[in-house]
Amino acid sequence: MKNTNKIKYISTGRIFLYVVAIFYAIISLGPFTWTFITSFKPAAETAKMTIDFSKLTFGNYTYIWTKFPFLRWTFNSIFVALIVTGGNMLINSMAGYSLARLNFPGKKAVFILILAMMMVPGQVVMVPTYILLTKLGWVDTYKGLTIPFLYSLFNIFLMRQFFLSLPKSLEEAALIDGMGRFRIFFKIAVPLALPALSTQFILTFSGNWNSFLWPSLLASTSEHFTLPVGLNSFYGQYYSLWNQVTAGVIILTIPTLIIFLLFQKNFIKGISTSGLKE
Amino acid sequence: MKRLQSVSVNTLKTKPKKSNSMKGLARREKIDGWLFIAPFIILCLVFFVGPLLIAFMLSFKEYSFLDSNSMFQAKWVGIQNYISVFKNHTFQRALLNTTRYSLFVVPIQLVIALCLALLVNGSIKGKSFFRTVYYIPTQTSAVAVAVVFMFLFKKDGLFNKFISLFGLPTYNFLSEPAFALPVIMLMAIWSSVGLYMVIFLAGLQDVPDSLYEAANIDGASKWQSFRFITIPLIKPTIFLNVVVSLIGCFQVYDQAYVVSQGNGGPLDSTMTVVLFLTRTGFREFKMGEASATAFILFAIIFILTLIQRKFFGEETAM
Repeated sequence: MKNTNKIKYISTGRIFLYVVAIFYAIISLGPFTWTFITSFKPAAETAKMTIDFSKLTFGNYTYIWTKFPFLRWTFNSIFVALIVTGGNMLINSMAGYSLARLNFPGKKAVFILILAMMMVPGQVVMVPTYILLTKLGWVDTYKGLTIPFLYSLFNIFLMRQFFLSLPKSLEEAALIDGMGRFRIFFKIAVPLALPALSTQFILTFSGNWNSFLWPSLLASTSEHFTLPVGLNSFYGQYYSLWNQVTAGVIILTIPTLIIFLLFQKNFIKGISTSGLKE
Repeated sequence: MKRLQSVSVNTLKTKPKKSNSMKGLARREKIDGWLFIAPFIILCLVFFVGPLLIAFMLSFKEYSFLDSNSMFQAKWVGIQNYISVFKNHTFQRALLNTTRYSLFVVPIQLVIALCLALLVNGSIKGKSFFRTVYYIPTQTSAVAVAVVFMFLFKKDGLFNKFISLFGLPTYNFLSEPAFALPVIMLMAIWSSVGLYMVIFLAGLQDVPDSLYEAANIDGASKWQSFRFITIPLIKPTIFLNVVVSLIGCFQVYDQAYVVSQGNGGPLDSTMTVVLFLTRTGFREFKMGEASATAFILFAIIFILTLIQRKFFGEETAM
């Protein structure tokens, strides 16, 4: 309505901004869009730069699901990621809550140690952890793929910062009314922490789903491969079958993409307000 | 909520001395505090603190996974492992590659990220759409990214078809020693720009608008307000991003592994420090040298962080 009586003035500067914005959007989405299209092409069409829509097929997907253990790897990935994510959310939130709210002897030391350990790259403990898991008989088992990864220093830090930013009064009132700590935590603190929890959920789920280094060491047979490990080994053997390799890429990529798009509204807010800043 | 707040404040005020029940609560709190953090502490001791100490010990021992002796009985060799790692040509190459990789990736990805953050923090329409689109690549697995880029950069791939339109020579980029590492840099930049953009965005949103308005009234140009208001005020965010990005770069592994199928080729051009570490530890089973490599990596990251901190002053975001 307003536009009709105003002369719309668009400067060349603004046009330039939109051109840049769209250009980078193409860069962002282009590679996987092209991969997505290729994954529906029959073998003869793969090398062509054109798309013949009448020839597109689900064949590559059914082929790698049935002829290769992609179904098994997908199951492994889902199973491992769900256990690791669930465990992390519980353990990190409880630890973060304890550090933010509860007074116990040694709390300061624990917190300083957590900050110090965040400086240590994970690869430092790779060799001894591998030896330990071998001794426990956990190499190439689901236990080995999940239990060592059930906590995250960064997410404990994130949860602590978040709980510190919440008002204490509700919990204090509940405490005086005689409510136990565990009930206070689950009934009052956790519902208030949903924004931080959804950030943690996305970070942990996609981090675990996409992780390659540890699972490639800890899963030695195809039976326990997760999707990234499986895709790498599939690519290593059949790198010329691009229509099937790209289908594998899409199977690996779609789940984290969907989870991100479902939670993204909270997530971008969460990561920028609660996560990385004090 | 307001009502509850006032009730609890009153209750606390009317009881200046701690009653018995309050003492009981404090004792209970100590126990609860430990109970809540216990699962983390147990896991962390078993899978982090313990292995960290053992890794440190192993870095001074000669030990192979296949030895019949336990690692505690293995021979002490002093700093021999560190010396042999530094003398190893493949390690030197790995360190050089990783340094070069970081020197390119960190500045390029942060400049792009800052530009994108400014773009989607401005007044263009569809801001949240563009934010989401730019963030999407960070959700992809490094293995998937590596495979996709190999697909795009192969001899008859999309990229070569594109540059041949301009009469440029085509290559099988990832088999060329001169191009393999740059393509891996491209993968890293492409897939993580979105993360740094979001962190920059948070920093930009903390800069009060009134400062820009004042500068505008004083006749400052857009570049001047960027240079003298935005940059100084987002310095902590820049520091955070430089550190996070640098630490990530020095740990580069997945893409290099997939591209070279674990051997760092062609001609060691994609050998990285972590790739060298896993190869030494898990293919050659030299676990002492692998542990020494791990501590060298740790030391490099630690020193870089300290230098950054000095360079950017004490006002850090973390």
